[in-house]
Amino acid sequence: MAELDDVVKEFLVESYENLDALDRALVELEQAPDDKENLASIFRTIHTIKGTCGFLGFSKLESISHVGESLLSRMRDGKLRLNAEIATGLLAMVDAVRNILTNIERTAAEGDDDYTSLVATLNRLNVSDTAAAPAPSMAAPMADVIPPAPVLVAPAAPPQLHVVEAAARPVEDAAAEERQVPAERRTGDDRRAPVNDASLRVDVGLLDKLMNLVGELVLARNQILQFTGSQADPAFSSATQRLNLVTSELQEGVMKTRMQPIDNVWSKFPRVVRDLATTCRKQVRLEMIGKDTELDKTIIEAIKDPLTHIVRNSVDHGIETPEARIARGKPGEGVLRLKAFHEGGQINIEIADDGSGIDPEKIRRKAVDRQLVTAEQAARMSDPEVLRMIFLPGFSTAEKITNVSGRGVGMDVVKTNIEKIGGTVDIQSVSGEGTTLKIRIPLTLAIIPALMVSTGGEMFAIPQVSLLELVRLEGEQLRTGIEHIGGAAFHRLRGNLLPLVLLHKELRLESVGEHDIVNIVVLKADDRQFGLVVDAVNDTEEIVVKPLGRLLKSVVVFAGATIMGDGHVALILDVTRLAQQANVLGQADDRRTQKLTDTAKGQGGDEETWLLFRANGTERMAIPLRLVARLEEFPSTVIESSGGQDVVQYRGEIMPLISLGRFFGGDGSTETEPRQVIVFTDRGRSVGLVVDQILDVVNEAATARRSSSRSGTVGSAVIQHLVTDLIDVQAILREVVGEDADIRAAA
Amino acid sequence: MSTGSSAFTPQPSDDTSATRQFATFSLDRYYFGVEVLMVQEVIRYQDMTRVPLAPGVVQGLINLRGQIVTAVDLRRRLGLPDRAEGVQPMNVVVRTSDGVVSLLVDEIGDVVETAHADFERAPETISGAARELVTGVYKLKDRLLLALDVERSTALDGEERRN
Repeated sequence: MAELDDVVKEFLVESYENLDALDRALVELEQAPDDKENLASIFRTIHTIKGTCGFLGFSKLESISHVGESLLSRMRDGKLRLNAEIATGLLAMVDAVRNILTNIERTAAEGDDDYTSLVATLNRLNVSDTAAAPAPSMAAPMADVIPPAPVLVAPAAPPQLHVVEAAARPVEDAAAEERQVPAERRTGDDRRAPVNDASLRVDVGLLDKLMNLVGELVLARNQILQFTGSQADPAFSSATQRLNLVTSELQEGVMKTRMQPIDNVWSKFPRVVRDLATTCRKQVRLEMIGKDTELDKTIIEAIKDPLTHIVRNSVDHGIETPEARIARGKPGEGVLRLKAFHEGGQINIEIADDGSGIDPEKIRRKAVDRQLVTAEQAARMSDPEVLRMIFLPGFSTAEKITNVSGRGVGMDVVKTNIEKIGGTVDIQSVSGEGTTLKIRIPLTLAIIPALMVSTGGEMFAIPQVSLLELVRLEGEQLRTGIEHIGGAAFHRLRGNLLPLVLLHKELRLESVGEHDIVNIVVLKADDRQFGLVVDAVNDTEEIVVKPLGRLLKSVVVFAGATIMGDGHVALILDVTRLAQQANVLGQADDRRTQKLTDTAKGQGGDEETWLLFRANGTERMAIPLRLVARLEEFPSTVIESSGGQDVVQYRGEIMPLISLGRFFGGDGSTETEPRQVIVFTDRGRSVGLVVDQILDVVNEAATARRSSSRSGTVGSAVIQHLVTDLIDVQAILREVVGEDADIRAAA
Repeated sequence: MSTGSSAFTPQPSDDTSATRQFATFSLDRYYFGVEVLMVQEVIRYQDMTRVPLAPGVVQGLINLRGQIVTAVDLRRRLGLPDRAEGVQPMNVVVRTSDGVVSLLVDEIGDVVETAHADFERAPETISGAARELVTGVYKLKDRLLLALDVERSTALDGEERRN
C-alpha cells in the first residue's frame, strides 16, 4: 500500500503538529514540573496518538506511546515527579514516535527499528521511585498487542481501544483509565471545537497556486490601469478603479494566508538547546522575543536550517561551560536570545549569546593559515571585516576550527542560504562578551518593491533591498565626479571611493543614455557599496518575481524576471552576482571601498546612518536613515486636504503629510516645488514629513550633545562639523497624527 | 523513455500498428514534429525581451498571459542557418519538465498521424546538433518527419537530461 489513506495522512499531519508541541511542552515541564495543566495536555497528546494508532493498526507505535502514557499518567496522579532522566526518556519517546511516523509516511509501514530498549527504559523509569510491582511485566503483553481487526474499526473504535488498554494494563490501573479517559477525551474535543469551526486546513500547493494567480491578476490590473489613461469613458474608469481596489485587497489577503509566525521554526529550539546544553554540560537559558512575527511560508522554510545551525553554534561554541563563565565573572547560566521584528518592510532576526565571543586575532591567524589572505592583508583588515571572513567558504571546511575560532562551521552555507532568499547576514562579536548575528530578510519573496532602470533600451528591475541612493552627475560634476584608477572608474561619494560598474558593459549592451548625464544607482552587496551606472532611472514598482527557465540558469546576473504594466518582460538584476562579475566585491583583499578617511571608526558611540535635510528655512536636521521607508517628491497640486490635515494619495492609500516647517513654527513657505517628502512606514501605513531639501546621507557616530526642550527633537548633535537637530519622529507623529504611530526606534 | 527505443527491438505486431500524432513545422528545409500531447499552443510571433549574456539559442522572454516563457530559436539550437532578415518565426509552446518553453520555428504544418512501423533511427545524413536532438524519423508517404526530442532541445548541452 504505497498510497496512504486519507485517514492516515490526517493522522500524520496531526501527530507531527502534536509532537512539535510536545517537545516544547516537555522542556517547559522540566522547568516547572508541577504545572498540572501542562502535564495534562502532554498526557492528552500522547493519549491521542496512542488511541489513533491503535485504531489504524500501528502496533509498534502504540506500544511505545503506551509506555509513555503510563509514565505520564503516574506523574499526573502525583505518584511520580519529573526529573531530568524521565524528561530525557520522554523526549526519546517523542523522537521514536516521530521516527516511526516518518517511516509510515515514506513506506506506509512502521519500519524495522527496534525500540525494546527504549520501552524497557521507560518502564524502569516508571517503577524506579515507587515499588510498584506490575510494571516490569508490562513490557511483555504490550509487545504482543494485536492491532484491532480492521472490520471492527470504524464505529466501534473507542471501546475497542479500551479493551486493548485494559488487556495491556494491570487491572487497577485500567479501571482508573476507564473512568478518566473518556473525560479527557471530551475536554480535548471541547477545546478543539472552536478552532475547528474558525479555521481549516488548506493544501499549501493550493495557496501557492492562488498566490501565482493573484500575481498574474496584479499584472493584468497594472496593464488595464495603463489603458485607463487613454479612455474617456467614466464608467470604464470607475470599473477599473474598483478592480484596482479589489485586486489590492485580494493580494493582501492571499499574502496573509501564507504568513506564519516565526514561532513555527523557533518552537523546536527549546528542545535543541536543551539537548545540546545537556550534552555539552552547559547551562543555557533560551529567550525568544517576537515569536508572533509573521513571514511568508517559503521564507520560513528557507530559514529553518540556517537558524538551527546558528543556534547550535551558539550553544556549542559560543556559550562557555558554567565554570568558565563563573571564572570570567559571568553568571553560570548563559543566555541565548532570539529576537524577531519587522522593520522597513523587512524581517530582522537577531541571535545573540553572551558567550565567549570571537577573537579577531584567532580568525586572522586562521585565515592566514588557510591562505585566504596574506598576513599583511590580515593585519590591515578592521575587526568587523575579519569577523565577516567566517562566512568565507574556505573557512568552514576545517575539522577542528570550532575550538579555535569559536564558530565557523558551515557559516558560509548559512550565508548562502539566506542570500538565496534575498536576505543579508551580519555578525558582531566582542571577545569575551558574546556574539550577535543579525539576519535581514524580505517579508515575502513573491512580490517585492523594485527600482526600474533602463540601459541599452532594455528595462531592468533592481530589488529595493539593495538600493542605497541615487546620484546624478551632470555638467561640471561629470568632469570632476568620476576618477580612474587603473582601468576602473570611481566616484568620490562623500569622501568614500565608490567603484563604478557600467551596466551596459557588464551586459554587453549599447548604451543609449545621454552623454552629458551619468546616473549612478548606489547599491550594496555583501556590505560593500558600488555604483551602477545606468542610462536612465525610472520609477519604483511593486513587481512579481518569476523564475527563469533552466536555459537561462547560466546567466547568473539575473535573479528572475517580471512583467511590467505595459505587458513587457523585464529582467531582475541579482545585485550580488552582478558585483561579483564586475569584480567589485571579489576577494577579501579587495579594499577599494574602504574609507579614505577612516576617522569615524573607533570613536565612542555607535555609528549610525543619518539622513540630513533642511526644514523651516535654514535649520539643519537629521533622522536615522533606518527609520525612513522612502524619499518621494509630490507636486503641490496633488496634495489634498482631509479633516484639516494635508494628505496625498500614495500607493493606494491616503497618506497624511506633516510639514516640518509648520511644525517648528514656520509657515511652510520655504518648501520647494515639488514637495520633498520623507516617507515612514509602519505596519503598512505610511506617513510623510515635508521638508525643504534633502541634503545628504552620512555615516557618523552622533550623540545628542545638548538635550533640547524643544518638542519634536531629541536634541542637537554635530554632524559633518555642523550643529544639527535630531528629529524625534515618534513625538512629531504623535502630536500631529494624534496617535501612537509606533515607528519603532529600536535597532 | 525514449519514444524510439521500442522500434529497434522485435515487438509484438499490435505495437507496430500503434499511432502517434505529431504537430509538425518546418525549419530551413527540414520537416519536424513534436508529439501533440506536449504542445500547449501555437501562437504568432510575439514581442520579446532579449536576455543579455544568454546563450545564443535563447531568443528572449515572452509574456504569455502573465507567464514568462523562454523562447528558443530552434534554427540556432539545431545548428541551421539563421532565418532571413525580416522573416518572423512562429511560436510552438511546449510543456517540458522545466515548465513551458516556446520553440521558434519557420512555419506551422498540419497535425499528422504516424505509425510505429514507419519509425527509424535518425539517418546518418542529418548533421551534428540535429542528430542529437531528434529521437528518430518517421517515413511518411511523401517526406521524412523528424521527431524532435523536446527535453533535449530545451536543455543546454552538457546539462543532465531529465526524464
